[in-house]
Amino acid sequence: MDSRHPTQSPAMTEPNPEPQASAPQRGPAISIAGSSAPRPIKKSRDVGNVALKGLNAYYGANHAVRGVSLDFDADRVTAIIGPSGCGKSTMVRCINRMHEEISGARASGQVLLDGLDLYDKAIDVVAVRRAVGMVFQKPNPFPTMSVIDNVTAGLRLTGASRGELEDRGREALVGAGLWDEVKDRLKAPGAGLSGGQQQRLCIARALAVEPEVLLMDEPCSALDPVATLKIEELIGELKQRVTVVIVTHNMQQAARVADTTVFMLSGELVEVGPTDKIFTNPDDDRTEQYVTGKFG
Amino acid sequence: MSDHALLLDRGNLKRRNRVNRVVEVVSTIAALLAVAVLLIVVGSVVSKGMGALSIHFLTTPAGLFGDTSGGISNAIVGTAIIVGIAALMAIPVGLLVAIFTSEFASERVAHPVRFVLDLLNGVPTIVTGIFVFGLMVEGNKQSGYAGSVALAIVMLPIVARTAQEVLALVPGTLKEAAYALGIARWRTLLRVTLPTAAGGLLTGALLAVARVAGETAPLILVCSIFGQGVLTEPSEALSSIPVFIFQSSESPSPEAHTQAWAAALVLIAFVLVLNVVARAFYARSRKRMGA
Repeated sequence: MDSRHPTQSPAMTEPNPEPQASAPQRGPAISIAGSSAPRPIKKSRDVGNVALKGLNAYYGANHAVRGVSLDFDADRVTAIIGPSGCGKSTMVRCINRMHEEISGARASGQVLLDGLDLYDKAIDVVAVRRAVGMVFQKPNPFPTMSVIDNVTAGLRLTGASRGELEDRGREALVGAGLWDEVKDRLKAPGAGLSGGQQQRLCIARALAVEPEVLLMDEPCSALDPVATLKIEELIGELKQRVTVVIVTHNMQQAARVADTTVFMLSGELVEVGPTDKIFTNPDDDRTEQYVTGKFG
Repeated sequence: MSDHALLLDRGNLKRRNRVNRVVEVVSTIAALLAVAVLLIVVGSVVSKGMGALSIHFLTTPAGLFGDTSGGISNAIVGTAIIVGIAALMAIPVGLLVAIFTSEFASERVAHPVRFVLDLLNGVPTIVTGIFVFGLMVEGNKQSGYAGSVALAIVMLPIVARTAQEVLALVPGTLKEAAYALGIARWRTLLRVTLPTAAGGLLTGALLAVARVAGETAPLILVCSIFGQGVLTEPSEALSSIPVFIFQSSESPSPEAHTQAWAAALVLIAFVLVLNVVARAFYARSRKRMGA
């Protein structure tokens, strides 16, 4: 890495950071409403394992995701590839329950976060989204807010003090590799940054609430190659603190950033495996045809 | 005859070109006419009202009927109070209606609400006036409050409809971003949606104020028999600029007519300024929303 992150915290550069005493404790992001017993606090990166079990998603009568069962392991980057309309975005949006924000959309099956079913009736959807962050296709900073207010937008409702907000905002900006570029204009409008910076601002905004999982839905599709490269470098660092799930239509990108690659077709899971295997020696013919450019 | 005969400007093609030119000229004339009407109205108000317009006219209350030595200070104060109270009633309710239809209601509910607001917008204001007359004045007395209620009814659909249009312009991706951060619906509304739309919402409110500031028919029915001097108690009838214009123009004296023109000039200046300011806010707001 270059000199872009001189202020980077050691936790970001070491492969297996010990939880620091001064860092905010990663408590249970979700607990069953009504029960005050917290989930046992595990060691930093034992949390954030996601498992889909028989997940189905629908838009009205359209069956977009068909019985997908899949594990997303902590400490790994999982890329989801497949042709347009294969249900990859929909599947990912089921993990933080954003799918149900679309009218007429519903999902069935289980999404387990460290064994806890996120579709359980007792689960608060707002809490799900604090544990599972998301970055969208187009950078969408809040236009009325400054850079720093954008980053802390998700934190402000937790009643954090002003000083704490600034610290965590700064930490998130460092984590998103944006601190050096914006430290002199934290109070400037977030929408005034370049496209790539805006997207990293959105990543910082998602990281600030300290999610266990970060979903990225084609995060580079609106960016130029240089900005794309920066985000890809960032993804490699992020996996040390969050489980990364990235949807991409760009197979080279999947090959560059992902440890595990998932190939989907027509709403169904076709194949999942280590990225190099998927791209060099897949088991399924359809995967091979897709990764060699025969369709899609 | 060559094969290129069809390309020559003659026959059918010539006829079509001529029709095209006629339509262009006629529609241009129509557009110029619209601009001309505004210029003629404003011009005649200025030329006829300017003579009577003075600091004295603006700062002195009207005299007794027929006495034209006074001014319109009581009418200005009265209009400010009546329209102010109307705005306090109509703007919050209108915004809430818009928030309901665009943020909470399903399309099946929102559609009829929009339709009802359009109908309400089309109700002649004299009908609104007679309704408020029956509701608040009959068996009671005229009052500034009655005028405010009537004007609030006129304002409500304007505020609500413009606010709906503006809220619909707020990009869905922003709300999505907020929800994905675990920000609750109502908080997203307060911290993201409303601040993003603020300029446009203000525009709607200002346009509604500008619209009712000149509203005359309901005020004649419910708030037109008032005492002398500058009155500020809205439970009594108050003077207002439109009613002053109406009553002065009914008078046989030419001085009173000039006063009516001068008051009209004050009113039209206020409305024009408000419109220009409102549009500036709207332009800023649209830019912010990337529209």
